[in-house]
Amino acid sequence: MTVSISMTINGSSVSADVDARTLLVDFLRVNQRLTGTHVGCDTSQCGACVIHVNGKSVKSCTILAAQANGADVTTIEGVANGSELHPMQEAFRENHGLQCGFCTPGMIMSALDLINVNADPSEQEVREWLEGNLCRCTGYHNIVKSIQAGAKAMREA
Amino acid sequence: MYSFDYKSPSSLSEAVAMLQSSDDGLLLAGGHTLLPTMKQRLASASDLIDLGGVSELRGISVSGDAVTVGAMTTHAEVAASSDVRGAISALADLAGGIGDPQVRNAGTIGGSIANSDPSADYPAALVGLCATVNTNSRSIAAEDFFTGMFETALAENEIITSVSFHIPKCAAYCKFPNPASRYAIVGVMFADCSHGMRVAVTGAGPSVFRVSEMESALAQSCAASSIADISISADGLNSDIHASAEYRAHLVTVMAKRAVEKACASC
Ligand SMILES: Cc1cc2nc3c(=O)[nH]c(=O)nc-3n(C[C@H](O)[C@H](O)[C@H](O)COP(=O)(O)OP(=O)(O)OC[C@H]3O[C@@H](n4cnc5c(N)ncnc54)[C@H](O)[C@@H]3O)c2cc1C
Ligand code: FES
Ligand code: FES
Repeated sequence: MTVSISMTINGSSVSADVDARTLLVDFLRVNQRLTGTHVGCDTSQCGACVIHVNGKSVKSCTILAAQANGADVTTIEGVANGSELHPMQEAFRENHGLQCGFCTPGMIMSALDLINVNADPSEQEVREWLEGNLCRCTGYHNIVKSIQAGAKAMREA
Repeated sequence: MYSFDYKSPSSLSEAVAMLQSSDDGLLLAGGHTLLPTMKQRLASASDLIDLGGVSELRGISVSGDAVTVGAMTTHAEVAASSDVRGAISALADLAGGIGDPQVRNAGTIGGSIANSDPSADYPAALVGLCATVNTNSRSIAAEDFFTGMFETALAENEIITSVSFHIPKCAAYCKFPNPASRYAIVGVMFADCSHGMRVAVTGAGPSVFRVSEMESALAQSCAASSIADISISADGLNSDIHASAEYRAHLVTVMAKRAVEKACASC
């Protein structure tokens, strides 16, 4: 079955006809060519596919594109201001919060949702929040440091 | 995933009608159990009826001695609700300990209990807090609702609309989580309420169960020490790569003691 969907992605309205089975992550990557959102597992575990739907972080591999009909979607591509990195992205760069970078888009989208609910998270709160984001490279230490630095920069901005 | 027709009702009556007129329709709530299962082709449906647009199934209300949570309320909403925390902090704690933040933003109480996963957290809350499951056609006591592993008392085409929890004098939930998924290897909800003492266990057996021996001991003296020597039999408990039945039996006493200690500290 084909369904007609429309949503706002990073501030632009998009409409498309898709197979009802289309996952939101595939709609973003294949249909919209927004390949910053990654697929690490496709089994809801790794968090590489985390985006925001109506301001809340979700795993885009575990939601149908049709479920986001009418929603406001933000992906990693919508975070920077033109060529100026978002303070959270800048903090990951400054603090070596990434190595291969595969997990980074999901980490940043997850971190930004944390800051929405807790502007000044402790190290423990960051670690608990990252329960659903796996990184195979960094050992998490610098990711936690980056998120705390990014949170500070956002508070001071 | 096998192909299906996607339906998006905007009211409960429309959802019921769509379910009744479909050959083999399934309800879609947060999708965090159903979509992974469909991806593996372990489940399929002629129609997926998405409850996401049915606003009457969302929301939390407190009245008299009950907290009522709409079926489509997410785990994150329950965890963050000051009404829930004020009335039953153990319920907010339980919801805040499910999976990870993204799972909590999507998964719903209705989807969780309809699935009746033996290691899901909510079944312990429903049975421990003497809850009632409300559907489009009736109300079912929590103890009659969970009938077995992945089995419930729901009839064909029945839709859960809300769950009403009885507000206890004090309660606490403690779980030993699977370190990868956070599902309960064993989770215990202890509550002291007007119905008496309740000790409800999830994760250990095929379905949630009460430990009456512990409940009687706690009625005599409400302290962790009164149940320290009570152990349950490993017969019939779950056994898998994460934990043997014997280990789960041991964890039931450990988690029950912790839950009683935590509840007493806040009482
Ligand atoms: C990585 C990960 C970790 C998780 N960790 C935990 C955990 O620690 N503890 C835990 O308890 N759970 C955990 N879960 C499960 C999670 O809580 C699920 O969201 C939940 O079990 C199912 O809820 P859902 O809203 O996603 O339902 P769906 O997947 O949409 O639906 C599940 C089933 O319920 C049916 N259904 C849905 N709504 C209704 C309704 N209103 N009436 C009747 N039937 C209905 C559907 O048809 C389907 O058969 C985890 C899931 C994932 C992916
Ligand atoms: S790709 Fe979605 S959680 Fe791993
Ligand atoms: S930087 Fe490589 S997976 Fe995280």
